[in-house]
Amino acid sequence: MKLELRGITKRFGSFVANDHIDLTVEPGEIHALLGENGAGKSTLMNVLYGLYHAEEGEILLDDVTQHFAGPGDAMKAGIGMVHQHFMLIPVFTVAENVMLGHEDTTFGGRLDLAGARATVREISARFGFDVDPDALIEDLPVGVQQRVEIIKALSQDARVLVFDEPTAVLTPQETDELMVIMRQLKDSGTSIVFITHKLREVRAVADRITVIRLGKVVGEALPTASSAELASMMVGRAVDLMVEKGPEKAGDEALIVENLCVIDQRNHLVVNNVSFEVRSGEILAIAGVQGNGQTELTEALLGLQSRVTGSITLDGKSLTGHSVRKTLDAGVGFVPEDRTDDGLVGEFTIAENLMLDRSHTEPFVKFGTLQREVLASFAEDKVKEFDIRTQGIDTLVGKLSGGNQQKVVLARELSRTLRLFVAAQPTRGLDVGSIEFVHTRIIETRDAGVPVIVVSTELDEVVALADRIAVMYRGGIVGIVPGDTPRDVLGLMMAGESAATATAAVTGAAA
Amino acid sequence: MSAPQAGPQVPGTLDESIQPPARAQQVLRDIMSGSALVSVLAVVLAMVVGAILIALTNSGVQAAAGYFFSRPGDTVAAVWNAVFGAYSALFQGSIYNFRRDDFASGIRPLTETLTFATPLIMAGLGLALAFRVGLFNIGGRGQMLVASAAAGYVAFAWPLPAGIHLIVAVVMGVLAGAIWGGIVGLLKAQTGANEVIVTIMLNYVGFYLVSFLLRTPGALQAPGSTNPKSPAMLETAVFPPLFGDAYNLHAGFILAIAATAYVWYLINRSSLGFQFRAVGLNPHAAKVAGINVKRVYIYVMLFSGGLVGMAGVAQVLGTVTSGFTAGIDAGIGFDAITVALLGRSRPVGVFFAAILFGALKAGGYSMQAAEGIPIDIVLVVQSLIVLFIAAPPLVRAIFRLPSPDGPARPRRRPFKTTTKATATS
Repeated sequence: MKLELRGITKRFGSFVANDHIDLTVEPGEIHALLGENGAGKSTLMNVLYGLYHAEEGEILLDDVTQHFAGPGDAMKAGIGMVHQHFMLIPVFTVAENVMLGHEDTTFGGRLDLAGARATVREISARFGFDVDPDALIEDLPVGVQQRVEIIKALSQDARVLVFDEPTAVLTPQETDELMVIMRQLKDSGTSIVFITHKLREVRAVADRITVIRLGKVVGEALPTASSAELASMMVGRAVDLMVEKGPEKAGDEALIVENLCVIDQRNHLVVNNVSFEVRSGEILAIAGVQGNGQTELTEALLGLQSRVTGSITLDGKSLTGHSVRKTLDAGVGFVPEDRTDDGLVGEFTIAENLMLDRSHTEPFVKFGTLQREVLASFAEDKVKEFDIRTQGIDTLVGKLSGGNQQKVVLARELSRTLRLFVAAQPTRGLDVGSIEFVHTRIIETRDAGVPVIVVSTELDEVVALADRIAVMYRGGIVGIVPGDTPRDVLGLMMAGESAATATAAVTGAAA
Repeated sequence: MSAPQAGPQVPGTLDESIQPPARAQQVLRDIMSGSALVSVLAVVLAMVVGAILIALTNSGVQAAAGYFFSRPGDTVAAVWNAVFGAYSALFQGSIYNFRRDDFASGIRPLTETLTFATPLIMAGLGLALAFRVGLFNIGGRGQMLVASAAAGYVAFAWPLPAGIHLIVAVVMGVLAGAIWGGIVGLLKAQTGANEVIVTIMLNYVGFYLVSFLLRTPGALQAPGSTNPKSPAMLETAVFPPLFGDAYNLHAGFILAIAATAYVWYLINRSSLGFQFRAVGLNPHAAKVAGINVKRVYIYVMLFSGGLVGMAGVAQVLGTVTSGFTAGIDAGIGFDAITVALLGRSRPVGVFFAAILFGALKAGGYSMQAAEGIPIDIVLVVQSLIVLFIAAPPLVRAIFRLPSPDGPARPRRRPFKTTTKATATS
C-alpha cells in the first residue's frame, strides 16, 4: 500500500510540531524517518494513526484521501503501529493481547480464543517468529514482546506498519533479528515507516530516508549516505561522531571490587562473584545486554542494594555496606540509568535538582535552612557551564528535553569533588548533539584523574569511551579486555563466550 | 540462578516501604498541581449546586411550583427568596451580622468562624505536610484524641503556675499527637506497612483507649461522676480569650497562625522540608541522592501527628474547657483532609481553606436557625467542594478554562496525552 502525507501541519498552541511535512512511502519500501528527539517524528506518526488531528494537510492511502477520527479508523484503513512502549497487558497471554480491541466472540458471548491462537500461529509461521500463543506477556523477553506487537498489527491486516523507535529496548542481537523481520515484511509487500535516531540502523535497513528537524523536512537521503552526512542533516551542523580521546594516563588502582555478590528482592543472585579494579584516570566500560546484572552492580557500588557480599574499596577505604549518603560523601558521583525515575525530581526546578544530593549540609544548607542565594548563583553558573538550554534556573526539570535533563544530572554530579565517577547508560535516549557533549564531559573527568565506570548496552558508546571493557553476562564478568577489542568479539562475549573463545571464533571466521 | 547459601539473609527487604501507592500519589500530585483558580471555582460551583438543593428542598418553592404554569413568577420569586435568604443567613452567621446595632456584636460571627477554623488550620497543616511526602494520614481522629487526653490531663490534674501550665499542657498534647503519628511513620519505614491502614486502625485504638480512660476513676474521669467525661480544665491551663469574654475566640488562633508560618518555613525554606518534598515527588530519586527516605517518613509523621495533636489541644484548652468526652475531636481529623485538599497542601492555602470551612460551620448553624435549612446542605456543599477539586478537568470544562499543561507534548506516550486532551476538550 502506498502512503502519502501532504503538507501535514500540527500545532500545539503557538508551538508548531509539524510544519507542512510531505512524506511518500511506496509499497514494499522501508522508509526511515530520521530526526533528533523532539523533532516531530512521533507527532507526525500520531497524526497518521488518528491520535492527533492535523490542522492542515491530508493523508492518502493508495491515492485515496483518508479521514481518521481515531486509531480505530486508521487500523481499519490498514495502518498498524508498533509503539516504543508496548501496549500489551502483561498478565494476559499472547493470544489474548492479539485479540484485544477487536474481540471476536462465539455463541453466548464467549471469546473466540481458539481463533486468536490460530491467527498467532499462522502469522508466526509465516514470518518464523516462534511465538507461543499461550505464553504470558510478562514471561517473554522484550524482543519477543515486540513481535507480539507486530503480530497484533498484522492480525488487523495492516499494510503500512509504523515502528516507533523499535530498537531502543532491544539488545544488539534482537536488533539484528528485528531487521530481518522488517525485510521479510517488506518482501511480502508491507510498507514500513521506521522512526529512529540511530544512524547505523537506518543505513542497514532503510530504502529511503527522510530527515526531520524542528518539525520540518530538511531533506531526503539514501542509505548510502555516510553517518556523518546524516548526523549533520539531523542536527543542522557538523557533528563529531567519535569524540576526541587522548591516550589514558592511568595511575594507581583506585577502586577495587572483590567477589561482589548481590541478591535482589526476588532472591535471585543478580551479581555473581564479580571482581575488577579501576585505576585513576581510566575509563572502565561495563558492556553487556540489558538485564545481565549491570544495574544491580552500579546500585551496589552506590549502596542502594541491601543484600551484598564481597568488598568494595575506594582509595584504600572500604565502601561495603555504607549508606548512599556515606558513599556519596566519600566522593562517588553517580549518573543513574533512568534519569527521570532515579536521577531527577521532575517537579523540582533546575536549581533544586542541582542540590538534590547535597540537601543536608553546606554550602546549600546552613542551620537547617536553605541558602537560596548560594543555590541561585551556583545554578546560574552550572546552567552556563553545561550549556543547559532553558529559560531560567526556576524551570521545572520535567519540562526540559532529555539531553538537557541529563546535563542537569551531570552538572550536579561533576560539581562535587569526585574520587569515583559511575555513569550508567549516560546517553540513553539522547540525540546526537547531546551524546557528543556527555562523552566529552566523561573523558574530561577521566583526564582529571578520576576513575570512571561507564555502563552501557550500546556497543558504539562502549567502543567510543572505554580504555578497558568488562563484559557482563548473567551476573558475572566473562572477561575484561582492552578498549580496542573488535566489535564482533565483544558481541560474542555479550552472549557469554569467554574472551579467548570469542577471539578465536572471530579470527577463525576471518581466516 | 538461585540464592547462594552464604548470602546475608535480611528478613524481608525493606525497599517496598519507600514506595507509596503510585495511584494515591498521582491523585495527590494532580490535586496539588491544580491552580488556585480551580479551587476557588470549585467552591463557587459547590455553592451553585448547594443553591439548587436549597431551592428544591424549600417548602415555599415546592408550593409555588405546584401552580408554575399559571404564575411562573411566583416560583422564581420563591427560589430567589430561599436561596438569597439561605446564603445571607450563612454570611450573617459567619462574617458580619447586620441586624446587630453595634460593630462589637455585629462582628461576633467572624470570631466564631475563626474559632471553628483554629483546630481545622492546625490539623489541616498536619495532613498537608504528610500529603507533601505522599502519605495519607487518615489518623487525625486518633492523634487528636490522644493529644486531647494528654493535654487535658495536664490541664486538670497538674496544678502548675499560670503561664507555665498552659505551655506544659500544649507541649504534652503536641508530643502525644506526634508519638501517635510517629508510630505510623516508624511502622511504615521499618516494615513497609501501609500508612492508610495503620492510621485508620490507630483511630480505633486511640478512641477506645481514651474512652476507657474516661471511664476509669483516677485516670481521666471526673471524680464523683459516672459519666465518661473528664473534669473541667484548670483556669491556668486554658487559652486566654483574645477579645475578652464576650467572644469565644481564644489564643489558640494565634498558635494556629504561628503554626502556619512555621510549616511554610519548614516546607519551603528548610533542609528537612526540601527532603520532604523530594521524597513526596520522587522517592526513587531522593533515595539515589542519599536522602534517607525511611527517616523522612518517620519525621514527617512526627510533625504531622504533632500538628494534628495541636488541634486536639485547641479543642480541650480553647473550645470546650468544661471537660471533654471521647467525642472531643468533633470530626475535625476528617474535615482536615478536606481542608488540606482544598488548600492544595500549601500552608497558606490550608489556612484560608480552614477559615472557609470554619465559616461554613458557623454559618450553617445560623442558616438552620434562621431559615430552617437543614445543616446537611452545608455538609453537601463541603463534600461537593472536594469532589470538584478532585476532578479539575470537570471544573475546567464547566468554566471553559484551558488545560494547565499548555501544548501537550506528544512524546513517547501518545495514548496518555490523548486521553488527557480529550478529557479537557
